Amino acid sequence: MTGPAATASEAGSAGVGDRRFFTWAEPPDEFILENGASLGPVTIAYETWGELSPRRDNAVLVAHAFSGDSHAAGFFPDDPPGAKPGWWDFMIGPGKGLDTSRYFVICANMLGGCRGSTGPSSVNPETGAPYGLTFPMMTIGDVVRTQKRLLDHLGISKLHGVIGGSVGGMQVLEWCVRYPDMVRAAIPIATTLRHSALAIAFNEIARQAIMADPNWHRGNYYDGQSPDLGLAVARMVGHVTYLSDEAMRRKFGRRLQNKQSFSYGFDVDFQVESYLRYQGSKFVQRFDANSLLYITKAADYFDLAQREPPAPTLADIGGVAIKFLVISYSSDWLYPTYQAKEIVRALKRSGLNVSSCEIEADLGHDAFLVDDPRLSRLVAGFLDGIDGA
Amino acid sequence: MVSTAPEPIRFDLRVIGSLIEPGSTVLDLGCGTGDLLGWLAETKQVVGTGIEQDKEKAAHCISRGLSVLQGDLNEEVEDYPDQSFDYVILSQTLQQVMEPARLLHSLSRIGKRFVVSFPNFSHLGVRLQLLLKGCAPMSRELPYNWYDTPNIRVVTIKDFRRFAMKFGYRIVTEIAVKTDYQSKQGTVVNWFPTMRATYGIFVIEKRRKQPITGQSHE
Repeated sequence: MTGPAATASEAGSAGVGDRRFFTWAEPPDEFILENGASLGPVTIAYETWGELSPRRDNAVLVAHAFSGDSHAAGFFPDDPPGAKPGWWDFMIGPGKGLDTSRYFVICANMLGGCRGSTGPSSVNPETGAPYGLTFPMMTIGDVVRTQKRLLDHLGISKLHGVIGGSVGGMQVLEWCVRYPDMVRAAIPIATTLRHSALAIAFNEIARQAIMADPNWHRGNYYDGQSPDLGLAVARMVGHVTYLSDEAMRRKFGRRLQNKQSFSYGFDVDFQVESYLRYQGSKFVQRFDANSLLYITKAADYFDLAQREPPAPTLADIGGVAIKFLVISYSSDWLYPTYQAKEIVRALKRSGLNVSSCEIEADLGHDAFLVDDPRLSRLVAGFLDGIDGA
Repeated sequence: MVSTAPEPIRFDLRVIGSLIEPGSTVLDLGCGTGDLLGWLAETKQVVGTGIEQDKEKAAHCISRGLSVLQGDLNEEVEDYPDQSFDYVILSQTLQQVMEPARLLHSLSRIGKRFVVSFPNFSHLGVRLQLLLKGCAPMSRELPYNWYDTPNIRVVTIKDFRRFAMKFGYRIVTEIAVKTDYQSKQGTVVNWFPTMRATYGIFVIEKRRKQPITGQSHE
């Protein structure tokens, strides 16, 4: 296959940049959420790469997955030597799938998150204490509305593209139904039209693990011990759903961790146990347990086929000019290809222009986060074929 | 917008392409690497969509700027509203379809017209192999043994005419061509096409009942 995207070795780094913050909705002009609750002020942390064109028409919005953040590519100025670049560095940079020599790429930390944007761990200015469970329950629609507000602030009235995987893919679809005239190209990856019972079930296990931790204190733990054990277990469950049977067989099999025989006890015997414990303990250093509760619940509420008016559905955007590219992965069992096909079917029924491709990969749901030139080529070629920038 | 310049395409695809009016909407089933769609977009400003089962080929089409769905064409044709396309094209695939009558019915539903091409099994060479050798015919158009062929249907130009008559399909255009497998060269056959043509190409329109006119109900 050939395509405009250069291979990783030819492509450059997105470079060094810092997070920026946009704050609005100062009381009394608070942000009204979908459930009617109000919140203010609201801060959104974001990063950008590339240059906004004079006509302000080359912006691509990247929506991150549930545990992601605005740091999608490149490095921070104060990164220690050997630091890892942003979470989608293989996709974002000059000559990459999202070519920063052509596009102005934006990624914002989602509302309800814990990496610079307002969320349950932020201080409520009214009380001087973190919101905890007094933080209003936000939806994917609310997340997208805060991103829209950020684009207004940046003076961008039309997006060349909006792209994201998993919960990020839900935001992509939400963008298309809420602001169809602002989007030229939409690329939902490894995602769904509505959360399945299986996906809700795993999220509920994760939430229960946190809420059962004695340190959780109904979300009120910010001045003491955090519910680290519960959060770690929640992450372990998550990691199982992000992998696949094949990937786990290949990565771990039944191999033992630093030993020749079983310990006949409850210490780590198997490599897969060691991996999950490591992932769990690493996660608690960078993520807030309450943010996980809120974001997973927002994902569970997500349903673009059936929802209460006035929230729009995919059936409401017949005739819009958005071009869609729906991507799924063959071994993703969290959002399997049949769910991507559901998105495609809904778009076809609305008479919209849609392309779709399943990528053959054994890495499960996480495949979209792993360097793969097939994804880069698909995205680069697809965006290149969109008129306007 | 397609990045590659129009290249010469397979002869039978060129014949099919010549039947499509400029500016039409087209669905190409089994579009491969998108040669016909690319050619139609480039030379006739056609708004095209393709369906291709092979993941690599579908990805190739998408990364050259074509709208393509990766999937099984029997399933993918189901979800389009009636008469979504001016033309639906099924080239050199009919002989591999499990339920041809059903698929063609879907094509007549989603397209105002459909174009179908297939290797003509009544070609003289095929007839002679069966008559003289007593063997299931193999040719450049049908290069497989009986046990490894993806071609599960045997269809001739005459068979297809009969099928069209029986199922209420009007043949708008019928073109018989003589071309080699995958070749960019070929000729249109006017004399004894059922014997001399290696491929048959048909443009079909469903005989529709007169649309009901009158008050519409909201």
